[in-house]
Amino acid sequence: MSAYTVGQELASQSYSINRALLVAYADASGDQNPIHQDEAFAKSVGLPDVIAHGMLTMALAGKYISDIAGSAAVKEFGARFTKPVVVPAGVDTQLVISAKVSAVEAGQIKLDITAMVDEVKVLGMAKATIVAS
Amino acid sequence: MLNAELVGRTFAGAETTLVTQESIAAFAAVVGETNLDVAPPTYAISITLNQSQTLLQDSGLDWTRVVHGDQRFEIFRPIVAGDSLLCSSTIESARVMAGNEIVSVRSDLHSGSELVVSTWSTLVVRA
Repeated sequence: MSAYTVGQELASQSYSINRALLVAYADASGDQNPIHQDEAFAKSVGLPDVIAHGMLTMALAGKYISDIAGSAAVKEFGARFTKPVVVPAGVDTQLVISAKVSAVEAGQIKLDITAMVDEVKVLGMAKATIVAS
Repeated sequence: MLNAELVGRTFAGAETTLVTQESIAAFAAVVGETNLDVAPPTYAISITLNQSQTLLQDSGLDWTRVVHGDQRFEIFRPIVAGDSLLCSSTIESARVMAGNEIVSVRSDLHSGSELVVSTWSTLVVRA
């Protein structure tokens, strides 16, 4: 973890989001809101199609951060959900996560995280702090 | 509309949630995490958001019109299997912007007297 320097850009990772993953996340998290599973329902409440749970996008970004943290601990993690991630039937939507080191202090690093779908940012103000455990 | 009198009030969870290895494994599997020694960093939401949903539905909000505005976690130590967590939630603010109702809820997960994770959720009830 000490090898990181301020301004360093970390390699991006791509994560596939599809309808099956939304069902798996709903079951794992307990968030069974039908806007994440039922296309007719999502459209009936004015959405373009089924959308991913914002927290699924954040969970995938959390995996990206955990991989960087290794044996260190994720201490803080926050984000705004700025754009819905639309998940059409039969399609793998690609979420691309990357990060830039914004601070390196005694025993901790801070990251600015970018999450993109189709070249559009879906998280805003996404930041994490990792602390050596 | 949320009853304005609820803002600032803290609701203690009715019962503790026992964190099982299976629930950590299910959450980890979704994101492709293979380390099951600790829960993934956003795992706490599976406890705190459900309590927020109950709280807000009981207050008359339509959960099917709720989208997540923002989310923050402060993790004092990772959640592990065997933790027995009590969730207390405080409605920190409620306001209306462009017809949408915006509610901010803080939830604290305690194991006994130890604060394990705090979460802050902003929920938007679409007009």
